[in-house]
Amino acid sequence: MIQIKQLVKKYSSPQGQVMALDDVSLNILPGTIYGIIGLSGAGKSTLVRCLNLLEKPSSGQIIVAGQELTALSSKELRKARQNIGMIFQHFYLLQSRTVSENIAFPLEIAGVPKTEISMRVKELLNLVGLEEKATAYPGQLSGGQKQRVGIARALATKPQVLLCDEATSALDPQTTLSILNLLRDINQKLGLTIVMITHEMKVVKEICTHVAVIHAAHIVENGPVESVFIKPQSDIARQFVSTVFPNDLPADLLKELATHRDSEIVRIQFLGTRASDPIITDLLRTCEVRANILYGSIDHLRSTLFGTLTLELQGSPEQLKEAQHYLTSRDLKVEVIKREL
Amino acid sequence: MSFDIGSLLHGSGSVGDLLQLIIPATGETLYMVFASTVLAYLIGLPLGIILVVSSPGHILPNPWVERTLGTIINIFRSAPFIILLVALIPFTRSIIGTSVGTTAAIVPLVISAAPFVARVVETSLKEVPYGVIEAALSMGASPKQIIQKVLLPEAKASLILGVAITTISVIGYTAMAGTVGGGGLGDLAIQYGYNRFRTDVMIVTVIILVVIVQIIQSLGTTLARKLTH
Repeated sequence: MIQIKQLVKKYSSPQGQVMALDDVSLNILPGTIYGIIGLSGAGKSTLVRCLNLLEKPSSGQIIVAGQELTALSSKELRKARQNIGMIFQHFYLLQSRTVSENIAFPLEIAGVPKTEISMRVKELLNLVGLEEKATAYPGQLSGGQKQRVGIARALATKPQVLLCDEATSALDPQTTLSILNLLRDINQKLGLTIVMITHEMKVVKEICTHVAVIHAAHIVENGPVESVFIKPQSDIARQFVSTVFPNDLPADLLKELATHRDSEIVRIQFLGTRASDPIITDLLRTCEVRANILYGSIDHLRSTLFGTLTLELQGSPEQLKEAQHYLTSRDLKVEVIKREL
Repeated sequence: MSFDIGSLLHGSGSVGDLLQLIIPATGETLYMVFASTVLAYLIGLPLGIILVVSSPGHILPNPWVERTLGTIINIFRSAPFIILLVALIPFTRSIIGTSVGTTAAIVPLVISAAPFVARVVETSLKEVPYGVIEAALSMGASPKQIIQKVLLPEAKASLILGVAITTISVIGYTAMAGTVGGGGLGDLAIQYGYNRFRTDVMIVTVIILVVIVQIIQSLGTTLARKLTH
């Protein structure tokens, strides 16, 4: 649905040229919810703004729904933008228009006839659950309601793609969840492709099917969320994962464990149905090791269960090796945590 | 009541005499003020819009246009009105046919108010958050649609306050219109109130001017408040 090819964006500043995006390529498939996560200043906002050419790329190509945006005239680009909805952190609603009139706005721009506009606005108010606020002004709405208007407005022209620029960053956790649920519903109902820029891993954890981690103008890793969460390749991705699944053991405990002999600490991660298997019992029955549970958590990645268990295994080196082998054979991701002595 | 106070103070002139002076002068002032304000907006509003949209990072950035227009506006705004009034006499004559009278005074008033309007409009339009404009851009809005459907409606309340400020400034300028025989309350106050020591005329003209200014300002404020949601 969206192809980004060798995208480069440079800014000139008094200190010289600043690379905001350096050779970024990404392929976003139809119907996915693609999270793009990064720290502030990593270039993620620039990236999403390049997707509808609010920001003109210095070089590279942006192809949305088979149309190369970077090759269009400004008139053609305006037409193409009607196929790409966008919502913003600060909503950017028109203060002088009511909720209904805000939703009607993109339709007016597209030159849709009045009778059709009022029908479509009703549908959209219903979709985002704001029927009773139709005649209210944005100034009278809460943040969550404003973002619902933003979403309805972005969907008015029935776009195939929705870009979300930190769409939940100005909202409280409860409201964030309700907006994310709405986005997931829309994704499923309308088959819309959603690109979400965020600095919060919990947003990615909640709804994204895919994620790209952007750091210092580069995409450092990308792929399905499950694989990035379970096997983060880069330090920055590991840091992001640990913000939602914290599994670092306290330093004091590690120090104490370091004095133990014939033992090792392993972290086991499991996904989906594996989470309900009696792994520890099986492990202890099969291998001659003793296990000390240090840390465990279970959560979900979208709708799949995702768990982590940190164990101290005690036994002879052979027994420990066997235990590791056993766990790996059960399709679990096993990681031995190093201890400094 | 103020008529009586004025007459009693000096004993010269009657209420009838005073009204004969005041009524036509008030009419001349209102005519000059409203005609010049409307015409100044016809020129200044588009200029203000151009100043904003051509500024760097806006929808139609054009440094050359912005700088040239800005400089011209600054030049006109730095010329003292009384100088402009006299300097423009040949120009006024060429478009009105005469350089004397109330209508003739409107020409320099417009020329002086239009650049002021441009700056007032510019300030109002710059209050519209650029994010809102970007949101419209992301929906495929053209520059024309952004000006008509985003910039102007979103800045409406502020623009109306600007109209009140402009109108009131123009009232001040009309006081000098007497120099070219424009008449009006300001001229009356100078001619009769000051030069002929008619304190009653002076007091009444000042009171009428205060009332006009009050009405315009409260109209502007009320309307702006109604438009703010």
